Amino acid sequence: MANIRLIRRRIRGVQSIAKITRAMEMIATSKMRRAQEAGVAGRPYDEKIRQVISALAALPQAGGAPHPLLQRRAVNKIAVVHITSDRGLCGGLNSNINRTTASFLVEQEVPATLITVGRKGSEFMRRVGRDVRAEFTRLGDRPSLLDTLPISRIVIDDYCSGLVDVVYLAYARFVTTMTQTPVLEQLLPVEPAEMPAMQNVEYIYEPDPEAVLGELLPRFVEMEVYHAILESIASEQSARMVAMRNATESANELIEDLTLLYNKARQESITTELLDITGGAAALK
Amino acid sequence: MTIRLDIVTAEQLVFSDDVDIVVAPGIDGELAVLPRHAPLMTMLQPGELRLRKGGEETLMAITGGFLEVRPDRVTVLADAAERAEDIDAARAEEAKRRAEERLSGKVSEADAARAEAALRRSLLRLRVAEKRRRRRSEL
Repeated sequence: MANIRLIRRRIRGVQSIAKITRAMEMIATSKMRRAQEAGVAGRPYDEKIRQVISALAALPQAGGAPHPLLQRRAVNKIAVVHITSDRGLCGGLNSNINRTTASFLVEQEVPATLITVGRKGSEFMRRVGRDVRAEFTRLGDRPSLLDTLPISRIVIDDYCSGLVDVVYLAYARFVTTMTQTPVLEQLLPVEPAEMPAMQNVEYIYEPDPEAVLGELLPRFVEMEVYHAILESIASEQSARMVAMRNATESANELIEDLTLLYNKARQESITTELLDITGGAAALK
Repeated sequence: MTIRLDIVTAEQLVFSDDVDIVVAPGIDGELAVLPRHAPLMTMLQPGELRLRKGGEETLMAITGGFLEVRPDRVTVLADAAERAEDIDAARAEEAKRRAEERLSGKVSEADAARAEAALRRSLLRLRVAEKRRRRRSEL
C-alpha cells in the first residue's frame, strides 16, 4: 500500500516538473524569436558601416599614422570580451564558451585580461583565477545599444591607452535553433575587409576622410559588441528551448514508466486482497 | 524623379521609401539632397531631418550619425532617429527638466557633460515635435 502511495506522489511531482519545463520552453521560444529579430533589424546598419570603413581604409592615408583602432602593434597583452548568459538551464552552452576561452587563454604566451558579460562566465573565470578587469551582468533579454556602450567604452579605452594590444570577442554564435557554436574573433585592431572593386565610388567626404573614419570606427566596435551580445542571447534562448524540450520529453517518459509501475502495484495489491478474502471465506467453511 | 532613402540605426530600420528631397543637418551646415546628387559621405550633427515625398513632408529628430549619398540612394546611419509623430513630448519635457536640475546642482565634469548632452537631445525632440504641431494647425 505504502509503495503505491509513494509512486503516486512521485508521478505528481514529475508532472509538475514537466509543466514547468514546458512553460520555460515556450517562454524561451518567444524570447528567441525576439532576439533573432533584433539581430536582423540591425543588419543594414552593420553592412553599411562595414562597406564605408573598407572604402575609407583603402584610401591612401593622407600622411601620418593610421587611426589608432586600425593600428597593429606588437602584442604584449591581450584582452578577451567573454560573453555568456546570466542564467543556466540552457544545456552546455555556457560551459562550451567557457571552455573555448579558457583553452585559448592557456595557449597564449602573453598575459591576458578579461571583460566578462554575463554571470556564468564571470563566475567561471574568477573560479579558475583569471584576471577579470570588468564584469557586466543583468543586461536582460532585450538590451538596447545604449546598454552595451559601457562595455565597448572600456574596450576602446584600454586599447587606445595601450593597456592591451589586441582584443578578442568570445560568444556563442547562433547558427540554427539546434546548433550554437562558440566563436572567438578578433575585435581590435579592426581589420577592414577587402573591397569588391566595383563598389569603389569616388565620394566627397565632409569634413574629410580621416574625420569620418575616426567617427565611424568606434561605432563599428560598438556595433560588433552589441551584435555579439544579441547573438549570444538568441543562442541562450534557443539552447534553453532545446534543453527544456528534452526535459519535458524525459519527464513524460518517466511519467509513463511510473504509471505502468503504479498500475502493476495496484493490480497486485487487489489480487492479494482478493486472495485474502477468498482464503478467509474458505477457512470459515 | 525620386531617390531612395533608408534611415537605419543599430537597432532598427527606421525609414525606407522613395522620396523627392532630403534635408539633413550636416556637420558643416544643413544640406539638401536631390536625385542625382554627387556621391557624398558626411557626418551629421544632432538636429532635424526633413524629407518630402509627393507634397507631404516628414520631420525627424536625429542625434548625430552619418549620411551617405550614392547616385541612386541615400543612407542615413543615425545614432538614434525618431519621427516627429512618435516623439513623446511629455517624456522629452521630463528629460529636459531632469537635465536642467542636474546641471544646476554641483556636478563633476563628466556628469555635467552627460546632463548637457541629455538636455540638448530633449530640446531637439521638443523643437521637432513643436514644429510639427504648428504645421498641423496651419493646415
